[in-house]
Amino acid sequence: MASDAEDFGSQMKDIDYHAFPDQHGRFGAYGGTFVAETLIAPLEELTEAYTRLRDDPDFQREFDDDLKHYVGRPSPIYHARRLSERIGGAQILLKREDLNHTGAHKINNTVGQALVARAMGKRRIIAETGAGQHGVATATVCARFGMQCVVYMGAVDIERQKINVHRMKLLGAEVVPVTSGSRTLKDALNEALRDWVTNVAGTFYIIGTVAGPHPYPMMVRDFNAVVGREARAQMLERYGRLPDVLTACVGGGSNAIGLFHAFLNDREVRIVGAEAAGEGLASGRHAASLAAGRPGVLHGNRTYVLCDDDGQIVETHSLSAGLDYPGVGPEHAFLKDSGRAEYVGVSDDEALAAFHLLCETEGILPALESSHAVAQAIKLARGMPEDGLILCNLSGRGDKDVHTIAQREGLPL
Amino acid sequence: MNRIDRRFDEVLSRGRTALVPFVTAGDPLPQATVAVMHALVEAGADLIELGVPFSDPMADGPVIQHADERALRRHVGIADILGWVREFRERDTDTPIVLMGYLNPIETHGIECFACEAVAAGVDGALVVDCPIEEGATLQPLRDAGLRRILLVAPTTSDARLAHAIEAGEGYLYYVSFAGITGAARLSAVDIAQRVSGLRARARVPVAVGFGIKDAEGAKAVAAFSDAVVIGSALVEALAGAATHDDACRRAREFLAPIRAALGED
Ligand SMILES: Cc1ncc(COP(=O)(O)O)c(C=O)c1O
Repeated sequence: MASDAEDFGSQMKDIDYHAFPDQHGRFGAYGGTFVAETLIAPLEELTEAYTRLRDDPDFQREFDDDLKHYVGRPSPIYHARRLSERIGGAQILLKREDLNHTGAHKINNTVGQALVARAMGKRRIIAETGAGQHGVATATVCARFGMQCVVYMGAVDIERQKINVHRMKLLGAEVVPVTSGSRTLKDALNEALRDWVTNVAGTFYIIGTVAGPHPYPMMVRDFNAVVGREARAQMLERYGRLPDVLTACVGGGSNAIGLFHAFLNDREVRIVGAEAAGEGLASGRHAASLAAGRPGVLHGNRTYVLCDDDGQIVETHSLSAGLDYPGVGPEHAFLKDSGRAEYVGVSDDEALAAFHLLCETEGILPALESSHAVAQAIKLARGMPEDGLILCNLSGRGDKDVHTIAQREGLPL
Repeated sequence: MNRIDRRFDEVLSRGRTALVPFVTAGDPLPQATVAVMHALVEAGADLIELGVPFSDPMADGPVIQHADERALRRHVGIADILGWVREFRERDTDTPIVLMGYLNPIETHGIECFACEAVAAGVDGALVVDCPIEEGATLQPLRDAGLRRILLVAPTTSDARLAHAIEAGEGYLYYVSFAGITGAARLSAVDIAQRVSGLRARARVPVAVGFGIKDAEGAKAVAAFSDAVVIGSALVEALAGAATHDDACRRAREFLAPIRAALGED
């Protein structure tokens, strides 16, 4: 008789990774709809609307058109030659999501969700934000569609992402500071859910990552999956083959799943997600839910979470606000358990070193979040031959982080 | 027979409306929880909902959020709470106790383990806020152990789901009086009367109404068309800041007694 492990292994070989989630929003054991009763109806309404729009050629055409002419897609794949030479190993290729309008992958999702909101006749948009990139991307599409925009942001994050707070205000959004709990992204998400439950009828909640209850992990993934679809075609066209490895940073996991999804059934492509190890996994001051957490339930879905032995969600730490989240999208939890993807921690110091190296060698100033992916690409490149190809998702640009970095390095602005 | 079912049989057969106070376990003072529970019973509580604090109570307003935060600063956990229930049962074997909270602390404790320990301690039911009917399989161990699974019904609940809730609900159905978070000031008895009456006519178990009931007047208005009135945030707010154990008990009695009087004494 085959052991359980062998059974599981052979099952994994046959998995069609594009078949998830199931109709209940489950990715294997993860995902689902863990919310209070009042939110079930608006979630069902959203699932129904989105399921219809997903198969609507007019909707898809408008989305593609906006991605091309408003976001500026396709984003290029850039061969970071000097960086690769400096490292001495595999070639590092960057998927340039930092070149999108508003400077990160987040806009792919907000353009998509704003179109869904409009189709559903909702005129008031709410969002949560950590680094402020999703808040800016939401405020941007709201301005474009003439919708009211309210962004919840942890008081701690408001302090460390001042530029983005101001950008949101310039775009006409109201930024509401959240002072409950740890005053970061997770608390902003709680507060946005509370707003939604209070204003269900006319409000559309644009979640900024592949977390939350069904259908969000699926919908946000679908809107970001353009990243991997483009990248896969660009690789075949320019290099005549797929990359050996993919890397992306993982906060909630939207840029990562965006890149990974198109490659999930290409078993020869190794997939590595970089979580924020903060001051080190052993220090306890990190945000690596997959690498160091355990299965639990947070913000409407079952996934890996960072919690204590009483089940209380713990405060996380990362130099980058966008990765400072104690949960992670349920699809990543599933990919981890199935062995299809690996998730590793990258520390603040490693990310910062990668940030500087990319600035110096390529003239590209990456977001601190994205710097985690670059650091992971660098680590992997060292152990690979020169004809190896690593495709790294450069999820955003670092202008918003200049202040944080100056402060950290003792250079007052 | 489960204490919840027995208590509702008694209360309803006398033509009364049940009074259900909610307090966050461990707040305002961990050592006062058992005494506060007894004080609530003395002041006329028919059933007690005991909140299990959680770091991310997404369905709760600021009052209960802060109560949870205060309790967690004192490291109140499930083991403490079950200990208090056990202690409460030394003097009160009749008043039903329902634990109300979120899934993650219960799962982390171990759901089977939690179910057995809760029953052994004298808990009668569980209301897991973020576990709707669809995810109900998760809570099967609670039912297997003999706990009543209390379900929420909201103004947004569709007719199809309502039928499902009526089928699956045990103990009592908890009707959320408005779309919002706990403690908001949006209660309108007039608006919900018809819907609650309709639900009551179809339900197999009593229907309790909660969210936004703050005082005797609100309780009385809701009692006209419901089987039970739940009062949470207003009570938690009244207890907050109690400096001593006796102060907390006095506040609990003074808060609840007028509401009991408005609903009719025994
Ligand atoms: C540039 C950038 N990358 C990554 C992230 C992390 O989010 P996710 O893991 O959903 O991609 C953020 C979040 O704010 C971001 O701004």
